[in-house]
Amino acid sequence: MACAASTEHSPAEPVVTVALDSALELHPQVAVRPEPFGALAYHYGNRRLIFLKHPDVVRVVQQLAEHSDVAATLGACGIAPDRHDSFVTALASLQKSEIVRERIIAG
Amino acid sequence: MKRGLDAPICLTWELTYACNLQCVHCLSSSGQRDERELSTAEAKRVLDELRDLQVFYINIGGGEPMVRRDFFELLEYSVGNGIGVKFSTNGAFIDAEKARRLAAMDYLDIQISLDGVDAVTNDAVRGVGSYDMARRAMDNLAAANFGPFKISVVVTRHNVSQLDQFKALADSYGAQLRITRLRPSGRGADTWNELHPTNGQQREIYDWLMKHGENVLTGDSFFHLNAFGESLPGLNMCGAGRVVCLIDPIGDVYACPFVIHDEFKAGNVRDEGGFSRVWKQSDLFLSLREPQSAGACASCGSYDACQGGCMAAKFFTGIPLDGPDPECVGGDGEHALSIVTPGSAPKPAMDHSKPVTLSRKPVSARR
Repeated sequence: MACAASTEHSPAEPVVTVALDSALELHPQVAVRPEPFGALAYHYGNRRLIFLKHPDVVRVVQQLAEHSDVAATLGACGIAPDRHDSFVTALASLQKSEIVRERIIAG
Repeated sequence: MKRGLDAPICLTWELTYACNLQCVHCLSSSGQRDERELSTAEAKRVLDELRDLQVFYINIGGGEPMVRRDFFELLEYSVGNGIGVKFSTNGAFIDAEKARRLAAMDYLDIQISLDGVDAVTNDAVRGVGSYDMARRAMDNLAAANFGPFKISVVVTRHNVSQLDQFKALADSYGAQLRITRLRPSGRGADTWNELHPTNGQQREIYDWLMKHGENVLTGDSFFHLNAFGESLPGLNMCGAGRVVCLIDPIGDVYACPFVIHDEFKAGNVRDEGGFSRVWKQSDLFLSLREPQSAGACASCGSYDACQGGCMAAKFFTGIPLDGPDPECVGGDGEHALSIVTPGSAPKPAMDHSKPVTLSRKPVSARR
């Protein structure tokens, strides 16, 4: 069947490298639902439910596709430079869970 | 999260009280259909609401949900509206044809209930013939290439020693094992004393989960065991009314699937404002989202780890809600149970058990 009906990790999990110049986007199978603490992100494919525990993270995740790379997104969202490293770490973790993914640039 | 979410993340919807089985620990005392059951149109209206609330997925149960003649219609309507479905079944109605139909659907998970790795252990709890029934369903799902379904086990005194074998069985199907805690809810209130794991076994469950926890689902139901030491994976809190709730077959909304009792009834989806209003505004749910008192457990060093345990387990054994869990691993549950006045524990609000017959026939897969 088409769905992976499991929360198990995919054996072919990609090696994750996220940097300030990565071009990312929200995974198309992910829904983001606003909550008082931030938001919930749910991946319909791998069934993962992730808590985005800060409104800043929510804004960044939702705007990733609108800017050229992570640095530009963080800038546009008004995230202070001294917090950029921690956002890169957070985005790497979200990419591992397939909440965000590397952007497919249409040719 | 203890202050609640704008919509539940783990919503259980029991579609019917009708069931072909009569499990001795049934949390909803199911058996006979309730004539007030939600109609197909009413059920679809609830699904519309859940879609608008952005509920990502629902857990469907019963009773045996596949008994409903509109089961596939509701399943397709839900998935078609972006609400994934995980449903629990005893497997009676998953023949080869239904298995293929289920395998063709997206966003669908299936949980087959099994409470023993052999017929003797399983059927003692779930009824004669129910082991074969479940295994046949698993075989049919595997043959239809459904993918990794789930095998769902309620841990009892009689199957704790089988955890490794359950895991091996799941692995043999490429399935995922899910084990959950037995609660004294529904008919479980009558059998809990004989079935709940002993203190020694609780340690076994904890150790086993520490070893296998990442690959085994638990519904985060064993958080009372966190008092043993390091926390188990998952949400370490009671989610009732905060992240979890139950819609029962007649539309009543309860704080969780294990507390079908007036004291935990927040409203009905047929009321004005529907489910949303119950979730967002009912007095009961709002009060559950207030900081809770640690009560008798306030001075215990493990309170942060176990959070006082399970509300349903306390309630139906007659222990005050701010008292210890009846299975408190520190031993405080035994004392709390010993001072409960016999017969004073609350009874479930409804009982849909079939009348007891003198000659018990083997269970059959007839509707």
